[in-house]
Amino acid sequence: MSGTTLKTESLPAARSAKTVNPFWYKIRRNPLTLLGLFLLLLILLLSIFAPLISPYEPTKINIPERFAQPSADHWFGTDEVGRDIFTRILYGARLSLGVGVAVVVGAGVIGTIIGAVSGYFGGRIDQLIMRLMDIILAFPALVLAMAIAATLGPNLQNAMLAIAIIKIPVYVRLARAETLALREKLFVKAAVTFGIPSWRIIVRHIIPNALSPVIIQVTLDIGDAILLVATLGFLGLGAQPPTPEWGAMISIGWKYLLDYWWYPTFPGLALFLASCGFNLIGDGIRDILDPKANRS
Amino acid sequence: MLLEIHNLSVEFESMQDRVKALQAVSFSIDEGEIVGIVGESGSGKSVTALSILGLLEKNAHISTGSISYKGKNLLSLSKKDWQSLRGKEIGMVFQEPMTALHPTMRIGDQLAEVIHRHRSISYKEAYRQAVASLAEVQINDPELVARKYPFELSGGMRQRVVIALAMSAPPDLLIADEPTTALDVTIQHEVLKLMQELAQKRGTSIMLITHDLGVVAQVCQRVVVMYAGEVVETGTTQEVLHSPCHPYTKALIGALPDLAEQGQPLLAIPGESPDLRNRPDGCVFAPRCSCSLPICREDHPVLEPAVSGSLTHQVSCWGRNQ
Repeated sequence: MSGTTLKTESLPAARSAKTVNPFWYKIRRNPLTLLGLFLLLLILLLSIFAPLISPYEPTKINIPERFAQPSADHWFGTDEVGRDIFTRILYGARLSLGVGVAVVVGAGVIGTIIGAVSGYFGGRIDQLIMRLMDIILAFPALVLAMAIAATLGPNLQNAMLAIAIIKIPVYVRLARAETLALREKLFVKAAVTFGIPSWRIIVRHIIPNALSPVIIQVTLDIGDAILLVATLGFLGLGAQPPTPEWGAMISIGWKYLLDYWWYPTFPGLALFLASCGFNLIGDGIRDILDPKANRS
Repeated sequence: MLLEIHNLSVEFESMQDRVKALQAVSFSIDEGEIVGIVGESGSGKSVTALSILGLLEKNAHISTGSISYKGKNLLSLSKKDWQSLRGKEIGMVFQEPMTALHPTMRIGDQLAEVIHRHRSISYKEAYRQAVASLAEVQINDPELVARKYPFELSGGMRQRVVIALAMSAPPDLLIADEPTTALDVTIQHEVLKLMQELAQKRGTSIMLITHDLGVVAQVCQRVVVMYAGEVVETGTTQEVLHSPCHPYTKALIGALPDLAEQGQPLLAIPGESPDLRNRPDGCVFAPRCSCSLPICREDHPVLEPAVSGSLTHQVSCWGRNQ
């Protein structure tokens, strides 16, 4: 009974909205995606306008005001050398977002190209590439990232590189699977008969048509990458102090948790909200771009 | 001779089987000539086309024979030489105009890409020529169509675009693999006429693969009839369609539905194509032939003049003199 009433109610609305803008309509219909979008925009705006929002500098030491409680002056309190935690979180957001997006987009681009090449040519190249990717995937992601970062030396660039390396295989597999299907499509075969060279077929004919699962994966991975950056920072293998990085802040702050609860709590909360926001958005975009997952 | 295929045999190998898709196929195409390759599904028409372009699957191999194009043996070409031959010297039009175009690239860009590849001109100039080539295949408002995506065009228009693509170099040989099968009859006629005109204007030869004898009668000068990977009869269109010699050709022509004979059941050739894994020793058509002789099942016939003295009309049949 409830099903039929729901149907009659939602049908006309669905029709009129779908003719207007299906993309926006689908986002609006999914409250969680909307929440993710809101979180993301909030973090984005806060990080962009950080200098306007906060009068403090993220690395300026101010010993007299150390471990100040959250107040009107210091919304999230201050840390062990008197730096304003709210300010550091804002600047940390710049870093986390920037690094998260850069790493995942980088891994996505490289992985897609490798995967398309692998799938298009097949044979020995394919075997070699895919076995290499299997090796990377065989390790627990975090352990491998730690190993790479530790081997290369603990700093932010190396942490980014490490995360990119562990993210690449997923994109290789996605792009390869799409390429295998596309390679058999007539328009790709036709392009071969028109004498278009292989690299151009891969770049112009295969990759643009293989992108949609990659885009979904990118949006899903950014939240994860932000977490990984923070994890490496927390373990001392990522950004080094005094860089305002969430993971590094938590890493120092958790020792003070019992006496100064606000120190690790707020960076942790920021991290939680950011990765949550990206994951919600990622899920939403997957629902929108993937017609097979379309729940009516 | 522009293209000369001599004694070409192609085998496909799988884990257990060895399929002989082509068996000693020979025919030739002259400059400016339109030759029809006729035969049912699985008769080796498309395999022949792919062999000419060097695009056979990896599990196929050419066991005997030669393909010479403008006097060069294509089978001895390096991968790179073959690559530069495709599109520039030999173009191909596919059966399915719906899927032969890049779905997410604008028509103009697709054409310009191919033109840019084959002529040493700027991309901008190539795009201008792309629009001109759309006009040449009689597409109205070519500037507008150049900015469209394939899904916005009808089947007939897409096939024109595909023809424009294949002709853009322009090639000296155009292989058209059932170019009109997916189109309805009126469009079919227009597309055929268009190909014919373009070929005439540029001196392009066409190898027209089809199973439609009507199409053959309309545009081809010569016909090659294939059955089970062999050439069974060849000759001018007039000779083959009006005085067919091979029982298979006769049966094909006989199977054409006739509008005047309303209510009559459709005629079909009894039996089915032979198993290409185990070719019979004798004539491949013998098991389905209505007038097979004892020798047909024992010895393989070869192509010989159908009527004594005829240079063009050849047939591979023991019973040709009966």
